[in-house]
Amino acid sequence: MTTVNLTGLRNEWLGNVRADLLAGLVVALALIPEAIAFSIIAGVDPKVGLFASFSIAVITAIVGGRPGMISAATAATAVLMVTLVRDHGLQYLLATTVLAGLLQIACGMLKLGNVMRFVSRSVMTGFVNALAILIFMAQLPELTGVTWLTYVMVAAGLAIIYLFPRITTAIPSPLITIVVLTTLSMVLDLDVRVVGDMGELPSTLPVFLIPDIPLTFETLKIIFPVAAAIAVVGLLESLMTAQLVDDLTDTPSDKNRECIGQGVANTATGFIGGMAGCAMIGQSMINVKSGGRGRLSCFAAGVFLLILIVGLGDLVRQIPMPALVAIMIMVSVGTFSWSSIKQLREHPTSSSIVMLATVATTVFTHNLAIGVLAGVLLSGIFFAGKIAQIFRVTSELSEDGRQRTYQFHGQLFFASADQFAKAFDYNEALERVVIDVSRAHIWDISSVAVLDMAVLKFRREGAEVEIIGMNEASKTIVDKLGVHDKPGAMDELLGH
Amino acid sequence: MTKLIALVDGSTYSESVCDYAAWLASRSGGSVTVAHVLGHRQGVKTDLSGNIGLGARSALLDELAELDAAKAKLAQKRGRAILDDAKARIGKDGVAQVETRLRNGDLVETLHELEADADMVVIGKRGEAADFAKLHLGSNLERVVRASRKPTLVCSRAFQPIETVMVAFDGGAASLKAVDYISRDKSFAGLKILLLAVGAESTEMRRGAEGAAALLRGGGYEVEIDIIAGEAELVIPEQIKAGRAEFVVMGAYRHSRIRNLFLGSTTTEVIRESQVPLLLFR
Repeated sequence: MTTVNLTGLRNEWLGNVRADLLAGLVVALALIPEAIAFSIIAGVDPKVGLFASFSIAVITAIVGGRPGMISAATAATAVLMVTLVRDHGLQYLLATTVLAGLLQIACGMLKLGNVMRFVSRSVMTGFVNALAILIFMAQLPELTGVTWLTYVMVAAGLAIIYLFPRITTAIPSPLITIVVLTTLSMVLDLDVRVVGDMGELPSTLPVFLIPDIPLTFETLKIIFPVAAAIAVVGLLESLMTAQLVDDLTDTPSDKNRECIGQGVANTATGFIGGMAGCAMIGQSMINVKSGGRGRLSCFAAGVFLLILIVGLGDLVRQIPMPALVAIMIMVSVGTFSWSSIKQLREHPTSSSIVMLATVATTVFTHNLAIGVLAGVLLSGIFFAGKIAQIFRVTSELSEDGRQRTYQFHGQLFFASADQFAKAFDYNEALERVVIDVSRAHIWDISSVAVLDMAVLKFRREGAEVEIIGMNEASKTIVDKLGVHDKPGAMDELLGH
Repeated sequence: MTKLIALVDGSTYSESVCDYAAWLASRSGGSVTVAHVLGHRQGVKTDLSGNIGLGARSALLDELAELDAAKAKLAQKRGRAILDDAKARIGKDGVAQVETRLRNGDLVETLHELEADADMVVIGKRGEAADFAKLHLGSNLERVVRASRKPTLVCSRAFQPIETVMVAFDGGAASLKAVDYISRDKSFAGLKILLLAVGAESTEMRRGAEGAAALLRGGGYEVEIDIIAGEAELVIPEQIKAGRAEFVVMGAYRHSRIRNLFLGSTTTEVIRESQVPLLLFR
């Protein structure tokens, strides 16, 4: 079998060399402004984001589970770090990055990639939209309290980004934007902020260093919540992006391996002074669009990025912030799912509410993990509500008026238990009551308790009760949890 | 009654694959399954603008899906045409049972499905992408030979009539398997056999070769034994060029890929240098 694996590996790495290298270059050029911008969002030096992007891209290319997907420092994880960096500084961020990576590796080992089943399409759409809004909001500080010149430059940048591809699609338009605006601001000596003002850029290759923090329980209390959030958000975005690349390229990928790959990448990145990251939806789309399919594309993107940064550091320093802002606006516009606005009217209300709740919670807390949790919870509740509606009760009295048969159809569980309880008329004096659940399904202890209570109440009214038609699934749960057919049932249920 | 799998791809070599498959099948009254595998499609278009606009995701998906659909339709049409030609060509040579299979997916994985009830896999030395650089072998050839659990016949560019079959014998498990197979296969009945052992002559080698020859004579063949000193990858092609046989049977790829990476592979060299079909056993 090794031959097949070797061949598979060779295909993943060398199956598409020319296109992969070219796409990798395009992605690297697009990554420079993004990595700098995300560092600024998180409140650290641009070099932290740039080192992170290099190392995450290279490592996920090697150990990840989805060839052709681009991972680097991202907005989704950057917004989670703001408070931590502000209150405790960079060293705590590096430790958090390492911990987040370890948590992700654990998730991958536990095969939690399969838990994605519970994240519905509405939650995913909400996630993407919230992400786009967060990226856009992160640009606002650069757009408030600045001169008119900045607005002009941003507008010019956007114009180049969107109009240049009409002339040629052979050169990345964001690159043209950067070149044109940087040249302008250097030649005319314009008074705008440049990347160099935002913090230190890398001048050397990254080195291995251990985060300088006290290894105490206090430290863990500070970094664990952030690390957990980063791990969750990183995996969510990575798995969603992997699915997207699966669909675009019509090839399968190994989701659990991807979780482990992301974790390994983050752990290693924390040790070379980089911030945590994950897969990038926008960049992966750019990669696929540029013809990138193999592992080489992501690997090349990381390597090119490092070469460009270390080689052209002095020029990168001169890039005016408005050029970055323009590119980030393009990314946020491209990330937003515009069709979802139209679908608000077409989709069921509950789906729309889930989507909007995910967006609102995220924008409010600046934490995609909490947003997704809210969305998943809501979709669960809505689902329970919907399935509980599939419940009907019919009953008929025998001819002599001494026996009534209740027939239940549908799903019996906590959300329908109330309806179930109300269906019985205990004031009717009967000799025999037959409860027919042959067409119902009993799911949990709430419905079992209601069934027990009904039986007991009828007995107190002097009726003989018989339950018929328990299907096997219901039987097991009733046998395990039911008490009505055991002696002393009455006392137990009434909390004697 | 042998069952052959013939792999065709529409290249020049496919004709020869059909001819040799037909020759073998008609001699033993066997059947041929002609297979064409459409590789994984990869709709790659290059737009290096690096920007993502409104509704980029669905637009991109539609674009790629359309591209793939068009390509796949074409590939399917072409595949059916190739298979029809092959079927006609084999049928003309008097083989009654010819089936065709058109499959999507990876060649090696598909081959595993196909060969389960077959006796032999027939494949061309090179594929459609190969130019006629003399030393180039097809990219799928080694993969197929290594992955297949059945003997593989690697066909040269054009069919030539066969009178003598050379069995390259080294005493290894693969070559014993080969001798055993030939002694029982009806396809080779009536042909002369040259049992060639390459290496310094020793009693051990002589004894092994005699044993193999006895087994072949038991199968009703006329066998000549020859022991020549030298390296197999040089001696075998030399003897072929000298016109001593038109068909070679040998053991193949006994070493790991890693070793071959550094030392090269005898099998690959022999396939490269010999312009006759080779039946390989692993």
